Amino acid sequence: MNRVLIWYGELTTQRRLTKQGLQFLGVGMLWILLFLVLPGLVLVVVSFATRGSYGQLEWTFTIENYKRLLGFSVFGWTADYIIILWRSVWVAFVTSLIAVILSYPLCFFICSRPERTRYLWLMLVIIPFWTNMVIRTYAWFLILAPEFPPARLANLLGFIPPNTPLYPNAFAVYIGMVTIFLPFVALPLYASVERLDWALVEAAQDLYASRVRVFTQAILPQTLPGLSVGVILTFVPAMGMFVVPDLLGGAKYMLVGNLIEQQFGASRDWPFGAAVSMGLMLLTMLSLYFYRRKHKEMQFV
Amino acid sequence: MRRLHPAVTSLAMITFAFMYVPLIAVAIFSVNATRYGLAWRGFTLDWYVKLMHNDIILNAAWNSLVLAVVSTVVATILGTALAIGMDRFPWTKRVGTTFDLLLHLPVVVPDIIFAAALVVAFGLLRALSSLFEPGLLNMIIGHITFQVSFVALVVRSRLVSIGRDVEEAARDLFATTPYLLRRVMLPLLIPGIVAGAMLAFTLSLDDFVISFFTAGPDSVTLPLFIFAAVRRGVTPQIHALSTLVLLTTVILIIGMERFTRKK
Repeated sequence: MNRVLIWYGELTTQRRLTKQGLQFLGVGMLWILLFLVLPGLVLVVVSFATRGSYGQLEWTFTIENYKRLLGFSVFGWTADYIIILWRSVWVAFVTSLIAVILSYPLCFFICSRPERTRYLWLMLVIIPFWTNMVIRTYAWFLILAPEFPPARLANLLGFIPPNTPLYPNAFAVYIGMVTIFLPFVALPLYASVERLDWALVEAAQDLYASRVRVFTQAILPQTLPGLSVGVILTFVPAMGMFVVPDLLGGAKYMLVGNLIEQQFGASRDWPFGAAVSMGLMLLTMLSLYFYRRKHKEMQFV
Repeated sequence: MRRLHPAVTSLAMITFAFMYVPLIAVAIFSVNATRYGLAWRGFTLDWYVKLMHNDIILNAAWNSLVLAVVSTVVATILGTALAIGMDRFPWTKRVGTTFDLLLHLPVVVPDIIFAAALVVAFGLLRALSSLFEPGLLNMIIGHITFQVSFVALVVRSRLVSIGRDVEEAARDLFATTPYLLRRVMLPLLIPGIVAGAMLAFTLSLDDFVISFFTAGPDSVTLPLFIFAAVRRGVTPQIHALSTLVLLTTVILIIGMERFTRKK
C-alpha cells in the first residue's frame, strides 16, 4: 500500500494518490450524494409513510400509497392511476415515433445542403433545442386559437364547437410534445446521418432493393447509434413531462408528471406523490432496460 | 451533393415550419397594437417599453440571472475538480464504476423525480434550519446538482482528449502539483471548462421543473413567471417578454457555436 511508485512522472505512494484524488472529487461527490442520492432515498422512505390530515408526514409505514396507485381504494378498484401511467408511456412512445419519422427527412435535407449553408440549417435545429419549453409550449396557444385555420378546420369537421380554441385536448398535447422533443431526436441523428456511407445506399439501389429495404438495410443500421441516443433523450423525459400536458392538455389529458405535481402542490400528499414518482422511476428503468436488450439483439442482425 | 426526393425536401420544410411558426407568431403578436384578441391593429413597441417598467418582470429577470450565474460558477468549479479527480487518479475498476454511476445519475433520472426528492428533502431539513425555506438558495442547490454532472462530463472528455504526455513532461521537469495545475492543466483545459460552463448556464436558464418545485414567492424566475402568466391568459406583454428570452437564447447559441468552432 505504501510502496513508492511513479505515477505519470510523479514520485508518490498509493496512499498519497488516493488522498489527492479524494481532495479533487470529494466535494463534488459529496454534493451529489447529499443533494441527489440522499433525497432520492428519503423519497423512497416517504413513499411508505402516511399523509396526516393536514398534509403533514406521519411516520406510520404502510404500502397503502402503492395500493392506491394500483387502483385499490375504499370504494373498490378503479383504473384511473393505471390509465395515467399507461397514457404517459403511450404518449412518450408516439412522441418518439413521430419525432423519428420527421427527423429523417430533416437530417437528409440538412446533409444535402452545400457545405457553406449547411451550418445555418443546423442552427435552425439547435435554436429550438435550447429555447425554453414553457415558451415553445404556450406559443401553440396562438396557432391553435379560434381565429386561425387549424381551429376553424376542426370546427368545420365538427370536432369542436365554434369560437373555441383547439386546446386543451389530447391532440394539442401530441403537437406540443413533438415540437419540444423533435430537436432531441434530430440533433443526435444528424451526427449519424452526416457520416453515412452513401456507397452502401447506392449499392443497395444498384441491386434493385426496394425503397423500404434501402432504408431498413442500408440506412437504418448505419444511423442506429444516433437514433438510439435520440430516442432515449426523448422517451425518458417525455414520460415525466409536465409543462406540455399542463398547458395544452389541462385536466382532459393528464400524464404522470401532472399527477406528481398535483401531489406536491394542490393536494399536498407527499407520500402518494413519492409513490407515483417511484412508479415513474420504475417505468424509466424498465424502458432503459428493454431498450438496451433490444439494441443488443439488433447488433447481431 | 446528393439529389433528394422532392417529398423529403417538402417534409423537411414542413417540419421547420412546424417548429418555427409558433415562435414567429409570438414575435409578431409582441408588436401588435391590440391588447385583446388576435386581430392585427398596427405596429407598436409599447409592450416592450411597458416591460422595462414592470418591476415584477425585472425582478424575475434578475432572479434568473443570479440563479444561473451563481449555480454555474459553483457547478463549474466542482465539476472541473470532479472530472480531474475521476480521470487522473488510479481508482480501482469498482470504485471507478461507482463514481461513473453517480455522475450519470442526474442525467438519467427524470427531472420531475429529482424535483420531488428535493421538495421532500428540503421539507425535512426545514425542521433543522430556516435556510431551507423554498427560495433562491434551494433553487441554486438544485441547479448545481444537475449542472455538476454535465460540467464534469464535458471537462472529462477534454481531459481524455488532451492526454497525459504534457503533464508527465511537466512532472519530469519537477513541476509541483499547484504549478502543474495552474500552468499546465488549466490552460489546456480552458476550452472544455468554458464549454461546460456555457452548457451549465443554458441548462439553468432553460430549467423549469426544478425551479417550479423549489421556488418560493420571492424567487420567481422568468420561465416561472411566463408559466403562471399564460395560465391566466396570454397578453402581448408576455409575447414581448418571450421574444426577448428567445433573442437572448439565439445570441447565447451563436456565441457558444463561435467559441466551439474556433478550436
